[in-house]
Amino acid sequence: MNVLKGKITEIMEEPACAKNQAKDEKQRKAGCSKPLTPGAAAGGCAFDGAKIALQPIVDVAHLVHGPIACEGNSWDSRHTFSSGPQTYRTGFTTDMNEMDVVYGGEKKLFRAIGEIIEKYNPPAVFVYQTCLPAMIGDDIVAVCKMAALKFNKPVIPVNAPGFVGSKNLGNKLGGEALLDYVIGTREPEISTPYDINLIGEYNVVGELWQVKPLFDALGIRILATISGDGRYHDIACAHRARAAIMLCSQALINVARKMEERYGIPFFEGSFYGISDMSDCLRKICRLLVERGAPVELIQRAERLIASEERQAWAQLETYRARLKGKRVLLFTGGVKSWSIVSALTEVGMDIVGTSMRKTTQDDRAKVQAIMGTDEHMFDELPAKEMYRRLKTAQADVMLSGGRSQFVALKAKTPWVEINQERHHALAGYEGIVNLVEEIDKALSNPIWQQVRAPAPWEREDWGWEDCSARFTPTTTLNTKGERGGRDPVQ
Amino acid sequence: MAEILFSKKSCCVNPLKMSQPMGAALAFLGMDHCLPILHGSQGCTAFGLVLLVKHFRETIPLQTTAMSEMSTILGGFDNIEQALVNIQQKSAPSLVGLISTGITEARGDDVDNFLKLIRQRRPELNAMEIVFVSTPDFSGAFQDGWAKAVTTMIDQLALPASQCRPWQVNILPGCHMTPADIEEIKEMVESFGLYPLILPDLSQSLDGHIPETFLPTTLGGATLQDIRAMGESTMTIAIGQQMAPAAARLQEKCGVPYRVFDRITGLEACDHFLAFLSQLSNTDVTPKYLRQRNQLVDAMLDGHFYFGKKRVAIAAEPDLLYTLASWLSEMGADIVAAVSTTDAPILRAVPTDKVWIGDLEDLERAALDADLLVTHSHGRQAAQRLGIPLWRVGLPIFDRLGAAHQLSVGYRGTRDLIFDIGNLLIEPPHEHTARQHHPPPCADSTPTTTVAYL
Repeated sequence: MNVLKGKITEIMEEPACAKNQAKDEKQRKAGCSKPLTPGAAAGGCAFDGAKIALQPIVDVAHLVHGPIACEGNSWDSRHTFSSGPQTYRTGFTTDMNEMDVVYGGEKKLFRAIGEIIEKYNPPAVFVYQTCLPAMIGDDIVAVCKMAALKFNKPVIPVNAPGFVGSKNLGNKLGGEALLDYVIGTREPEISTPYDINLIGEYNVVGELWQVKPLFDALGIRILATISGDGRYHDIACAHRARAAIMLCSQALINVARKMEERYGIPFFEGSFYGISDMSDCLRKICRLLVERGAPVELIQRAERLIASEERQAWAQLETYRARLKGKRVLLFTGGVKSWSIVSALTEVGMDIVGTSMRKTTQDDRAKVQAIMGTDEHMFDELPAKEMYRRLKTAQADVMLSGGRSQFVALKAKTPWVEINQERHHALAGYEGIVNLVEEIDKALSNPIWQQVRAPAPWEREDWGWEDCSARFTPTTTLNTKGERGGRDPVQ
Repeated sequence: MAEILFSKKSCCVNPLKMSQPMGAALAFLGMDHCLPILHGSQGCTAFGLVLLVKHFRETIPLQTTAMSEMSTILGGFDNIEQALVNIQQKSAPSLVGLISTGITEARGDDVDNFLKLIRQRRPELNAMEIVFVSTPDFSGAFQDGWAKAVTTMIDQLALPASQCRPWQVNILPGCHMTPADIEEIKEMVESFGLYPLILPDLSQSLDGHIPETFLPTTLGGATLQDIRAMGESTMTIAIGQQMAPAAARLQEKCGVPYRVFDRITGLEACDHFLAFLSQLSNTDVTPKYLRQRNQLVDAMLDGHFYFGKKRVAIAAEPDLLYTLASWLSEMGADIVAAVSTTDAPILRAVPTDKVWIGDLEDLERAALDADLLVTHSHGRQAAQRLGIPLWRVGLPIFDRLGAAHQLSVGYRGTRDLIFDIGNLLIEPPHEHTARQHHPPPCADSTPTTTVAYL
């Protein structure tokens, strides 16, 4: 536990974090953990975050040591894709029961690791600590060490029990597990001057495959993706890359920074969302590779590729400009960087009426401000009630957000497009931004909006009873039983 | 009589079970102006929330006491108090369901006493009923949490009555009843001139409707007045054995006699239910149901060809497993594999040799020569590997629309179930290829480069 405490403190003081850099000595000492408010908290726990960061490694078994809640309520629910093995989609848990709580769960965990190796034989087993075993003192690091010796297979402890903090902290603790136990433990078959790592790319709905062809076209080899569509062996060899791109707003900044320190792999923070961002990424990575010894002609090749891809993408976007010009967007996002989306949407003529700045850095803020010319539409938090009010009173034509607020938009009968990590549409690269605009267009132009917003006939102001007396008089008579005879008047 | 077997594995693979606190939370979601709170780490709530949102496709009010490592060790008094005060200020629900989790139970938080103390210290919370349910994650399953929550609500909120309302009946639906099922039961009961009080009533809260305003609590469901009036009812009808303890508790407390219906899916089962209501109300079954019964008989005749000797593998919580296995075997199918989440007496009545308390790996291994898989959406991977159709039941159903409106009770519900499942059996995927000795190149529809999620 003390080791874990140390790790957490270290992560809180991450020197490469832009937010930390902006703080003074005193603020930095206070760390960046925000105390949660009981009864008013939302968001995942550290275990959740560690799982998000590591589960995209597709060929290993992810074993959750805890009661059924942690895995039973959540498994196979993320849309990170695999080009091969499906082991990562199998739910493994020790499903701790009362006896395990009383006697400790270490033996059960050890046996569980053995069962997995016997039945599924993955290249490695990742073992996730959760609150309950952490509380009763199960030492997963020791169990993993024993199991690795006994079964002669890497068994990686991921020490991020839920109650130590937020999802974001968990992402980084997941990264620490890779740094401590995986990266640098194997050597690649071959090395090239064009080898790079992608850090913080999870291949959500196959987004990696939207950018991989671009790197392929330049002859750049993605040595390891941490962790989308990842393979254990590739990540173990990741220390041989020549340069790295860090994606996803610093979720794994500790991995990028430490790999630079330990193995001299330079990195920059980039984004695959938005045309200029994608081009920027390609330019920067080529420059880094050239600095590290790749032939300088790589830069010219990249420029030619960028020019042709950009031309295509803009041509495709142009077809939407007329349809989307002037439409008002409310942007509520954390993980996917706001400013890159802001820039793309502004380019097709849409008006941004609100942007959330959660989980973004000062730098991001400055970029949004530069694009929009003002910061008046930025907000840090938007409570569901206020979000509903804005949409209900038609202050936006479409909302872009994560699944959590999906139904706030839909109940307010407002078009909605999903852009967080649970999204169903791949939004990365040149292709991705066109996809996003296409999704927005599809949502806005769907014919349902007119019908679902219209009141029922009897709720309209001009509703009145039509004079139907003429239809009644000739045939409507009551028979002896008092029932109406003749034709039914309301046919 | 089925033999109950317990999995000896240390590693649960592809969990079937969901945790007790989630079952309790769902029960509270069937209460009007209610806000359930999980007393645990914020992740407990976040996972549960995502699960229920994906299933119902609705906003789900669910809060957390946000326990940290430190507060877990020191005890959760402060967090509970602060959560209640914050919730009272922000949402002002009529009812708070306070639900414990694994860590707070293992630490031994004495929540009942905490609440007594908080009540003394915080008179501003007086307008809010607070019901605490003890549901450690490390024991029981979803169904147990639901049943415990209902029993505790009755225990705490039902009042002994001085009078009896002869037309009023209590309905205690199990957690396997969808909002559509509850609505159907309500209509059946009302057709006899009876007035049903339903606890919990998901058909009013999670039936998928558009509210007029935004509320941070549930938007409908059983009211506190409903529970308080339950002691005046002439009879309690429990649906599913899981509700028997709650019904018994109500009888003990308020003297209302009860009857448990193990299921109301299937011709005979529906007949029993309607016959009971008819005798209770001394009223004839209405022509609407006579016609529906007739339609069901016809559907059974049309459909039985496709069910006869079909090999079905089912994994579900005890009452749901019993209901579907019994009905499917009445249609002529054989239950070749049955897996459940937690031991319950009703499992012995499942028409098969063995019922495993286990997971979806157990189901998949026992279903190698099955024709149909019946379980929740997590069965999709197994169904794909086995190359057989999957009929999704229970919770979660996150990859299909209309989970809340899936109807399987009453004559009409049974009729539609015959059609829906019968259609799967008429046209299984890979019909012309699945049983060949040499799998043709396209037998597995999943290309190796891209994986399509269902």
